[in-house]
Amino acid sequence: MEEFPPDEELVARLRKGDEAAFALVLDSWSGGLLRLARSFVSTEESAAEVVQETWLAVIEGIAGFEGRSSLKTWVYRILTNTAKRRGTREHKVVPLSSAGDGPTVDPARFRPADAPMPGHWWEFPPSWPTPEQGVLGSEVRALLAAALDGLPDRQRAVITLRDVEGYGSDEVCELLEISSANQRVLLHRARASVRGRLEQYYTQEANP
Amino acid sequence: MTELNCQEFVEQVTTFLEGALDADAEQRFIDHLALCDGCDRYLDQIRQTVQALDGLPAKTISPATREALLNTFRSQS
Repeated sequence: MEEFPPDEELVARLRKGDEAAFALVLDSWSGGLLRLARSFVSTEESAAEVVQETWLAVIEGIAGFEGRSSLKTWVYRILTNTAKRRGTREHKVVPLSSAGDGPTVDPARFRPADAPMPGHWWEFPPSWPTPEQGVLGSEVRALLAAALDGLPDRQRAVITLRDVEGYGSDEVCELLEISSANQRVLLHRARASVRGRLEQYYTQEANP
Repeated sequence: MTELNCQEFVEQVTTFLEGALDADAEQRFIDHLALCDGCDRYLDQIRQTVQALDGLPAKTISPATREALLNTFRSQS
């Protein structure tokens, strides 16, 4: 992959109309933007339009970019603002309470209150195979993508930004306008749920 | 100070990984981890999950949209 230029250089090139620089950010960030947009609007088509609108605003606004945040964060903020406006138009209301509650691991896997050692595992979680040289197969990647798709919107937004895109918790709270406690709950539920999908997959694979 | 059980442990993994448990809670978490292979494995699998998600490729915009945006960029500059 091409070495990503530092912001200063990238912004200068974009302002000069360097098409290769624009293609680079377009290709690097559109996937993440699309996934994030999907958390705010109700359809894939709508999300794709939000991403397109975002890039148009970037082209329009790059001359006025002041560098107070990173370029990528600036682009992501344009996306969230665009998406939220549209989400409101589409009457897609994402309830703030959708963090959900209740246990993230099936309570049946733990000993009940009246058994000896209540709250302890009946059986330990099964172990997983070690991926060869840390490389995940395409099947696992497809499973992870499907697992993300299946998550409630806000959980998907948080886990995507944190674990897929590598944003820090402060940035994610700011982008999504949520408290750090809320962010943590959403991340926790999302991770537990994706772990559950992996467990299911590895267990089925072991006992076909 | 009561000991943590496994069912409580699994609900604290994210707060632990975020470094957001208070000192007492963190001590209880680590004490449990030291003694319970099942929870040690659970925590490790959460870490593996996070690792597996890192850089997962995303669906992206259509080639037509990409082309249209490149054209707009070109005509603006």
